[in-house]
Amino acid sequence: MSILINRNSRVMTQGITGKTGQFHTRMCRDYANGKECFVAGVNPRKPGEDFEGIPVFATVEEARQQTGANVSVIYVPPPFAAAAIDEAVEAELDLVICITEGIPVRDMIRTRYKMQGKKTRLIGPNCPGIITPDEIKIGIMPGYIHKKGRIGVVSRSGTLTYEAVAQLMALGLGQSTCIGIGGDPVNGLKHLDVMQLFNDDDETDAVLMVGEIGGTDEEECARWIKDHMRKPVVGFIAGVTAPPGKRMGHAGAIISGGKGTAQEKLEVMESCGIKVTRNPADMGKLLKSAL
Amino acid sequence: MKIHEYQAKEILQKYGVPTPQGIACFTVDDAVNAAKQLGGRIWVVKAQIYAGGRGKGGGVKIARSLDEVRQRANEILNMRLITHQTNPEGQIVHRLFIEQGVQIVKEYYVGLVVDRSRQRVCLMASSAGGMDIEKVAAETPQKIHKIFIDPIAGLNHQQAEDLVQKIDIPEQTWPQAIVLLQDLYRAFEDTDASLLEINPLTLTTDHRVIALDAKMNFDDNALFRHPDIVALRDLDEEDPVEVEASKHELSYIPLDGNIGCLVNGAGLAMATMDIIKLYGGNPANFLDVGGGATTEKVTEAFKLMLCNPKLQAILVNIFGGIMKCDVIAQGVVAAARDVQLTVPLVVRLEGTNVDLGKKILADSGLPIISADNMADAAEKAVNAVKTKSNSLKE
Repeated sequence: MSILINRNSRVMTQGITGKTGQFHTRMCRDYANGKECFVAGVNPRKPGEDFEGIPVFATVEEARQQTGANVSVIYVPPPFAAAAIDEAVEAELDLVICITEGIPVRDMIRTRYKMQGKKTRLIGPNCPGIITPDEIKIGIMPGYIHKKGRIGVVSRSGTLTYEAVAQLMALGLGQSTCIGIGGDPVNGLKHLDVMQLFNDDDETDAVLMVGEIGGTDEEECARWIKDHMRKPVVGFIAGVTAPPGKRMGHAGAIISGGKGTAQEKLEVMESCGIKVTRNPADMGKLLKSAL
Repeated sequence: MKIHEYQAKEILQKYGVPTPQGIACFTVDDAVNAAKQLGGRIWVVKAQIYAGGRGKGGGVKIARSLDEVRQRANEILNMRLITHQTNPEGQIVHRLFIEQGVQIVKEYYVGLVVDRSRQRVCLMASSAGGMDIEKVAAETPQKIHKIFIDPIAGLNHQQAEDLVQKIDIPEQTWPQAIVLLQDLYRAFEDTDASLLEINPLTLTTDHRVIALDAKMNFDDNALFRHPDIVALRDLDEEDPVEVEASKHELSYIPLDGNIGCLVNGAGLAMATMDIIKLYGGNPANFLDVGGGATTEKVTEAFKLMLCNPKLQAILVNIFGGIMKCDVIAQGVVAAARDVQLTVPLVVRLEGTNVDLGKKILADSGLPIISADNMADAAEKAVNAVKTKSNSLKE
């Protein structure tokens, strides 16, 4: 099954006419079943045009009606990105993936508030996206480093996720689905939400969970795993050496008020029965040992 | 982004939040004139630096005459103020804030932050104000009361009233305190603040609560809509290397080790620091060159790391996805030549066009140490530092 997306997903790109939107829509279309999956673009100022054969619509609602797209990926610039998410939620899409980095927190708080009680799920913002290898890729990750398999990967970062995938691949382990949930403090799906989906997915045998400093999402996920998870989970947390009060690149990666240290997260995960490693070069090996 | 106390108070006053009267100054003479202008018989001379804990560090002093104002201002201006929030060398005081003294009956704490798990703004308040609030939070969390604010409706009267009751503000002061809390929230919301702290919020002899101190931080992602706040930025307060890095859109944070790291992506950059430590070394910095690193960016990144006199080796760790390894390799070679590198350089490339990238490094004729994976890279960087220090001893 994989989670959230598969070859039957139909995707629209919000911000398809920008440089980033064009580049990545092309890369995604050229990956696996991308040609069938990427069916629409949205730009309110350019309806009726097309991007290399993909029709552009004025609104998300129109794109959904005309093409049956149920998923959206957003490359809209930060000042307008939260409104783009709102539009996709209003159009009742199943899933929105927001790649955009740099959205103001206040905008995201309002957007998340408006999403309450709605059916749409959000991945991101400030994330690499999601891939179900050899079926569909929605986002900016390099497709070719992945291979279809039975390991789920969930992570808050981009290149560190690629690193984790490469380590799995070196051991011959393919992936069911890989998700980058993003490095912002206020976001959509969290480790816990993704873990629940992997738990119920009969094509996922084990999960690699990659976290980083800041917030308490990993701890909350770990506590849930202890009581409910039926599959092995292993983890790594980046930032053991990060000093408190300093933002480590991601808006969400900051140790504040003594909370959100890597050490604390690792301890909670271990106490919940999750195998963890302090060595980022051992993520793949650790997962293999848990199978 | 951070601002000074006096600037935060100016913002809060616009929202109707009462504060003592005060004047910001840059010289001792100005400080004395400010005290004269403010009038009264008691003043507070306050160092203006971004870090907290100024009082304990000797940066906040009472003066009971104009002569004392001069004396205190003399002591504080240009002092190297060390607090638990500054780096160990401290921060030089370039600005003073002269305020009228206030008769304090009781002190409270009020703070606004974004709560990540609830995805709301959280208003915190405590009757244990004026002290080290981190300590209160750690040791007696029950003394901190929290409410979560509806982003559309804002802070309503009932919520604010509950809170002022819980922190034991006297009943006759409730109406004013409730309005003050609502004004604080409006200020937080309108300015895209990420932190607003009033510690202490002070009950005065005339039964009012006023903001005796004020601290505001802002969401960097929202600064594009607040040019007035950007204009308040004081570069004297920021690490010059971090300022230089931000000009080139590099995310750079100096640390106290000796192995410089140049990495693409924040998570991988942290993991690289961690693995250096794990192999017995010490990272000299956090440096994320981002997704679209060009030769120019990589060169600037090398220059930043080389500003650090403690630097003994550099570890480049790149996972090329969209960013191709051959492009990065060209950037590294060009940068290493341009800055005439004198410390060992370990490079680990993985991902798109990795073989081409490795060939470019090997053919460059530069003494680049190539590594196959993260562990190998960390080990080689740590060994390079050891070898270097051993050869220096001989």
